[in-house]
Amino acid sequence: MSAMVTIRNLTRTFDVSKPWLNRVLERLPRQKLTAVSDVTLEIEEKSVYALVGESGSGKSTIGKILVGLLPPSSGEVRVEGVDLATETDPKVREELRSNIQMIFQDPYASLNPRWRVKDVIVEPVKVRGGKTEGLAEKLLEQVGLSAEDAGKFPHQFSGGQRQRICVARALASNPRLIVCDEPTSALDVSVQAQVLNLMSDLKDELGLTYLFISHDLTVVRHMADRIGVLYLGQLVEEADPETLFETPRHPYTQMLLAAAPKLDSFGETEAVPQGEIPDPINPPPGCVFNPRCPYATERCRIERPELRRMGETRVACHHAEEIARKLSLETA
Amino acid sequence: MAISPVAETEYKGSAQPEQGQQPTLSVRDLVVEIPTRRGVLRPVDRVSYDLAPGEILGVVGESGAGKSMTGNAVIGLLDRPAHIAGGEILLNGKRIDNLSRRDMRKIRGKEIGMVFQDPLTSLNPLIPIGDQLAETIETHLNVSRTEARKRALASLEEVGIPAAAERLDSYPHEFSGGMRQRVVIALALCAEPSLVIADEPTTALDVSVQAQIIALLKRLCREHGTSVILVTHDMGVIAEAADRVAVMYAGKLVEIGPVRDVLTHPNHPYTDGLVGSMPAHSHGQARLRQIPGAMPRLNALPEGCAFHPRCPKAQEKCRHAPEPELMNGAACWFPVGEDA
Repeated sequence: MSAMVTIRNLTRTFDVSKPWLNRVLERLPRQKLTAVSDVTLEIEEKSVYALVGESGSGKSTIGKILVGLLPPSSGEVRVEGVDLATETDPKVREELRSNIQMIFQDPYASLNPRWRVKDVIVEPVKVRGGKTEGLAEKLLEQVGLSAEDAGKFPHQFSGGQRQRICVARALASNPRLIVCDEPTSALDVSVQAQVLNLMSDLKDELGLTYLFISHDLTVVRHMADRIGVLYLGQLVEEADPETLFETPRHPYTQMLLAAAPKLDSFGETEAVPQGEIPDPINPPPGCVFNPRCPYATERCRIERPELRRMGETRVACHHAEEIARKLSLETA
Repeated sequence: MAISPVAETEYKGSAQPEQGQQPTLSVRDLVVEIPTRRGVLRPVDRVSYDLAPGEILGVVGESGAGKSMTGNAVIGLLDRPAHIAGGEILLNGKRIDNLSRRDMRKIRGKEIGMVFQDPLTSLNPLIPIGDQLAETIETHLNVSRTEARKRALASLEEVGIPAAAERLDSYPHEFSGGMRQRVVIALALCAEPSLVIADEPTTALDVSVQAQIIALLKRLCREHGTSVILVTHDMGVIAEAADRVAVMYAGKLVEIGPVRDVLTHPNHPYTDGLVGSMPAHSHGQARLRQIPGAMPRLNALPEGCAFHPRCPKAQEKCRHAPEPELMNGAACWFPVGEDA
């Protein structure tokens, strides 16, 4: 299998400075928020790559850059060898854009309430002048709704059905890559299962590639072929689900896994994680996780660890080997 | 750490409390109705449960199942035109469902504390948190301003706000989401209520912060002997925090019992489906178990058992017989565990 998406040294900063007058009067400097910092990853064709992380970790920003909603500040994003930010041939750009689609978190906010469902679904094809006859009906049946629903308005559907409509819209232009930004976070568990099953079926049927963005570790474990863990804009660990959940290497991943509520932990009090995510405008120097890390040393406070290979895993931690040794001693 | 003994041993799949011990909260056949132009809707339909002192009762269900509505009915915060149309609510043996608005206001905050989903909307953005806490303490406990401030500081320290003394005069926006939720918990517990209603207290928070808040809530309630109604849609949170769990579907209580029994051996097919559809239970299978369809709207409830159109075990009786009563912890004619 070949890599469909290659992201190299991707960085995105946002200007969060006060307005000009305040800066002059109060002598404030410009402020920059680094949402994504030096992220390098590859997404294999026909696989599901999941990005997990807490709020402010930059997972949605990466998704938006990938579909071209935001330009990168530096670094490059290539989808099938084409970089949307620098490519100038309009034909190639157009082609690539219809190959990438997105599904958003909130199915209430991402459907225009004044449009009929069929108009919502065929829009991605219509704007490019494609043929739309019967397309909406076909897609609606493909996502488990009925063809008669095409004439209805979004408010006539439940949350799960709306998310199916969003999936149908994403499929309209025959994409090869779909960026799913928290596609089931707004849904109830039983409906979430329906939507996740639909997405898996469509992937197998149509040979799709997903970038799956989520904060829910159990969903990610179920869906993904490869998982990237983000913390404060940096990729701290990357592995396949089995390896990541069985032998997490980065202390942050270990903390995240320990903190996630488990169904069989009746009344137990697990080790509660310490501290909170630092302010992304002034991230700590060195390793961004060092203020909360139980293994942090002087080196962690000065030097940012590189993402390096360790067995099946890629991990950004100075002490990954030591920690692994320590943990295996403890369990032995 | 031992959970309160009542919760641990006495509840064996029954909604009834131990004989002789007075429950903190007792809800009997509670009905909430919303009159509309097209008929009367019942978002809560004959719900009954008891809550022992120090017990944490988790209430789960899909959106629209009536879980928040039940909590709001208990604290008398139903938005009109919704109103209590039947049944009774007893707090420490006293009826509170028929109190006047003024009497209810004395109870709210003093005897029943509240923690809502979004900590930013439950704090006043214009008042420093120390003053908000002191005001609550002053109103409910009849103490002087200085004494109230002292207690406010103590309660902030108790919920783990670092450098609490300096942060008394900070405004809500100066806190992070997790710290704000800690302040809200301090606010809910500062008048030493016997019952706290926590409505999705961790839904707006990140996983690592969620774990902190759940641990805090559990610790404080154990120390103060406060009972908690924990309303959430997250089964994982229930498993970790609750002693008993109540499952709601279309306004009705369909199953109630000790959390371990309900989650490992659900009796009602809906609970079974709910537990089974969680990705954590997929055990590496490619597909998740799913419950077909969606919860019916309140104005279009099916005849018989409300769950029968989605139920894999539905039979003739479920379609036509009047809906099943809650028996042995589950409201179902053909409970899951029985024929197996």
